[in-house]
Amino acid sequence: MTMMHTLSPTADHATDTDDVARLITPDGERLADRELDPWVADVDAEALRGLYRDMTVVRRIDTEGVALQRQGQLGLWAPCQGQEATQVGTARAFRADDFVFPSYREIGVGFVRGAAPADFVLAWRGEAHSTYNPYDLNTATPQIIIGAQALHAVGYGMGITFDGTDQVAAAYFGDGATSQGDVNEAMVFASSFRAPVVFVCTNNQWAISEPVTVQAKFPIAGRAPGFGIPSLRVDGNDVLACLAAMRWATDHARTGNGPVFLEAVTYRMGPHTTSDDPTRYRDKDEVERWRRRDPLARVEALLRRRDEFSDEFARDVAAEADRWGAEVRAATLNARTKEPIEILDHVYAEPHVGLDAQRADFAAYLGSFSDAVAGGEAR
Amino acid sequence: MTQLTMAKSINEGLRRAMADDPRVLVMGEDIGKLGGVFRITDGLLDEFGAKRVIDTPLAEAGIMGTAVGLAFRGFRPVVEIQFDGFVYPAFDQIVCQVAKLHYRTQGNVTMPITIRIPWAGGVGAAEHHSESPEAYFVHTSGLRVVAVSNPQDAYVMLRQAIASDDPVVYFEPKRLYHQKGEVDLDMDVADAPPMGVARVAREGEDVTLLTYGAQVATALDAATAAEDEGVSIEVIDLRSISPVDYRTVTASVRKTGRVVVTHEAAREAGVGAELIASVTEQCFHYLEAPPVRVTGFDIPYPPAKLEKHHLPDLDRILDAVDRVLDRPNSLTTAEAGS
Repeated sequence: MTMMHTLSPTADHATDTDDVARLITPDGERLADRELDPWVADVDAEALRGLYRDMTVVRRIDTEGVALQRQGQLGLWAPCQGQEATQVGTARAFRADDFVFPSYREIGVGFVRGAAPADFVLAWRGEAHSTYNPYDLNTATPQIIIGAQALHAVGYGMGITFDGTDQVAAAYFGDGATSQGDVNEAMVFASSFRAPVVFVCTNNQWAISEPVTVQAKFPIAGRAPGFGIPSLRVDGNDVLACLAAMRWATDHARTGNGPVFLEAVTYRMGPHTTSDDPTRYRDKDEVERWRRRDPLARVEALLRRRDEFSDEFARDVAAEADRWGAEVRAATLNARTKEPIEILDHVYAEPHVGLDAQRADFAAYLGSFSDAVAGGEAR
Repeated sequence: MTQLTMAKSINEGLRRAMADDPRVLVMGEDIGKLGGVFRITDGLLDEFGAKRVIDTPLAEAGIMGTAVGLAFRGFRPVVEIQFDGFVYPAFDQIVCQVAKLHYRTQGNVTMPITIRIPWAGGVGAAEHHSESPEAYFVHTSGLRVVAVSNPQDAYVMLRQAIASDDPVVYFEPKRLYHQKGEVDLDMDVADAPPMGVARVAREGEDVTLLTYGAQVATALDAATAAEDEGVSIEVIDLRSISPVDYRTVTASVRKTGRVVVTHEAAREAGVGAELIASVTEQCFHYLEAPPVRVTGFDIPYPPAKLEKHHLPDLDRILDAVDRVLDRPNSLTTAEAGS
């Protein structure tokens, strides 16, 4: 088995955030890495600026989402600030025909896969559970049940092998999800069937209020080899390392070597969702330490060291991000709430006499209001 | 027509569905070389190979969750849950994923998964091997739930379940696996009665007896016995318990005015409760007596030596028939004695 580990020896504790594969330091210094460098040999300054642009737009969408929730336009929002490098870096490694099974926080993955402005907000607004056709983006509806999508990715990956194609399936989940049976069963199935699946564990240090040490005493990436799955622990705030790791992982899976597990070590800067209060469960110093490892600032620092980050570029990116923010806002404010009767649509693919009867009753009930109005006017 | 056991008719249903559609595959524990613990998948591995007859790791959530991924990919998985009581670890994947994905994706993703569950008691099995969990699935929107009672229905309804673009929970009574019956394997499944339609298993005038699965046989025995006492019972085999064919059910109730429901599952919030509530809503003015349920008790499934007391038998059904006919019965006897 081809195996690729992080620094050797592997960290003793799940909280050791520096025992990771890294290509850019928090200060913007480019590190050499014999194993990862070949995977990003083509990434020049322009490509790096592209990754910076992606992350900036994602951050803007995220900021807009929080604001819209605070203004009462969205019922809830799950912020991704701090995780942009993990999401953009890994998602940029996919082919369009690969199939991705994300969780509800993968805003950057959705952006890279081609989601429209409305796709980021209408589910949180409560207009629809899913706003896009999964087959248009080759991306499943964001999953809320923790870890369930890991099995879906494996099943899809098994199907890829049955069909004899060279696509890859991927599942995104958090550190908390690794305690779930579904994720562990997914690794058993993936290993047993040699499914072309990449598991991306976004270890953002917190599962709502529970620190990663409640889920793991040992780095999570260390579990996968026990299932026969090679793994890599990567700096999740280093977009270049995330891209390299994912290119390695997708290539491994695509070329018939079975599943791969990535643990992206990052930090969720905001709350779990807009409903919780992280000041209750974590201290300011920790947040400030992570702020100094910001994934966007890191790429900017590297580009500035190389004199590849101009004020004009920064202005262009900011303008593009603002355009996205405005479009997300417009999509929210212009949302059309479906007609009441549509609540009954799509429960079944084929006619269902029980639901058809309820639909008829509900239609009659709804119709009774217009009759009442008409009657009132007549009087 | 051929004489087949229910086990063999299900096996034939799987074989022909797989032969007709290369996207149909079967998966579960021990279903390959062993042919399943009940041998329902016997011979399929040799005929279709390991990519379509998949021996899975021993993990029910894993089986169901990977079936969801395969359905995403355009396959039509037929999942075998080894025993009724083993379905609970897969419950989340069934009720949160299989049942809801079509709705969540506004119809873009279909989940044509058939979940076969060897089901219910009466075979002297160990703990967790005789359960009747159907009400959990009936309560879940997005699933269709059927229960078969004879080899012909077992064959046809399995073919229909696999062909359906909706997920179907398909309950097959273990105690009928070796019972033989006439099966027309060459019938055009499209011409058969749809799986959502109930069957009047025996016509009668005085009492409507509603049931499904293995309990249909007990109900028919009760009807035969009642005939000796001059009581005419109409037995309805629901076949589908979600949705229920209320057109057939209410037509019968309007004729007889009296209703007894019998099933093995526990009473509280069971299928019988739903049936009686709906029948009361739709036929209240036709009812001559309060409907009565004859069910398993509200207990965990008892040890094998005691299960005969839990399973509603012919005499308990006849006692309920006496109640709805206002004839002397166990309650009036108890009252007289007190």
